[in-house]
Amino acid sequence: MSHTAEHDEHAGGGTKEIIKVTVILTVLTIVELILGFWMIGIPLEQSSFRLAIKGTIVILMMAKAFYIVAYFMHLKHEFKNLIMTICVPLALFIWFITAFLYDGNSFRNLRNTYDPHFKEQSTIKIEKKEEATHGEAKHADEKHTEEKKVEEKAGH
Amino acid sequence: MATTATAHVTKSWSGGKSPFNVEYGKLMMWYFLMSDAFTFGAFLISYGTIRFSTNGWPDPNEVFRSFPFAPEGVHAPLVFVSIMTFILIISSVTMVLAVQAGHNMDKKGVTKNLIWTIIGGIAFLSCQAWEWNHLHHEGAWWGSNPFLNHDGTASSTNFTNYFFTITGFHGFHVFSGVIINIIMLIMTLTDKFEQRGHYLMIEKAGLYWHFVDLVWVFVFTCFYLI
Repeated sequence: MSHTAEHDEHAGGGTKEIIKVTVILTVLTIVELILGFWMIGIPLEQSSFRLAIKGTIVILMMAKAFYIVAYFMHLKHEFKNLIMTICVPLALFIWFITAFLYDGNSFRNLRNTYDPHFKEQSTIKIEKKEEATHGEAKHADEKHTEEKKVEEKAGH
Repeated sequence: MATTATAHVTKSWSGGKSPFNVEYGKLMMWYFLMSDAFTFGAFLISYGTIRFSTNGWPDPNEVFRSFPFAPEGVHAPLVFVSIMTFILIISSVTMVLAVQAGHNMDKKGVTKNLIWTIIGGIAFLSCQAWEWNHLHHEGAWWGSNPFLNHDGTASSTNFTNYFFTITGFHGFHVFSGVIINIIMLIMTLTDKFEQRGHYLMIEKAGLYWHFVDLVWVFVFTCFYLI
């Protein structure tokens, strides 16, 4: 127990560190939101530009995750043994994400190549219907059934 | 192996010492959170896979653009969800402060910060309840998707299914986190921790609460921003 107390003493920078991390998290979130707002105005055709912004947002997300785990959850100030025990298994995610997203992408390419119906379905534009106004559940339901019909038509 | 290991590692693994230097409950909380991370990871990766295998996807700025008490026709994409995000970040900060107060055996500080954390959690849940209710009125629910893809083509129900499942699972975590924090508050007020001589339990509840915040960072990015 005396060892724990000794360890805690030189661990963490106290209130100063908490304030610092809070400011960092806030700034990162604001930058993410600015990027998000920026992306609203960028047309879909500029897909690589949109992808670059999305990539930046993901990097910022990872930075936020690091600050929460390292400082708020105090992992940075734990023993290296514990850090390794937690972080090494999570490295599985690198494979997990790469493999599954690659698989999804490949499935889409295959369908676009060999499934003409799938390809055609994703090119038919649907007229934008009137918005369901807030609170008008009936209207929303009507819209909902219409949507279903369209889906069925496209599906069979 | 022993020759290559540093003196510190040899010392902590040679017996008679706690190699992780944390108590049992905290270590088990870390293991639980790791398993929970894989559960959420599996959900989000499944969502990503389906999105990658589809040609079109709804535009989040089109779907999530409402705001409570906003006049008809006013669209504010990202605004409501950024408020939810800040609520959760701030409640995470008050939780850290509660843990810190616990270290200093400061009962008053623990109580105050726990109450703020609980308020933050309830505020977040209320926001989510409003958003779900609003989307439901628009005709979105499991198995029904009133929204079109960004490029104007017909969308599948995958979008709403994933949205409600994942934010619902996260909301359930927030809910249980609030319950845990309320229990911690009751234990603090009844001097349970003073009798024990330490506030280590607050730390474990804190870990869980930060994890909830951490998951929201990912959910927020994957559903609302990207």
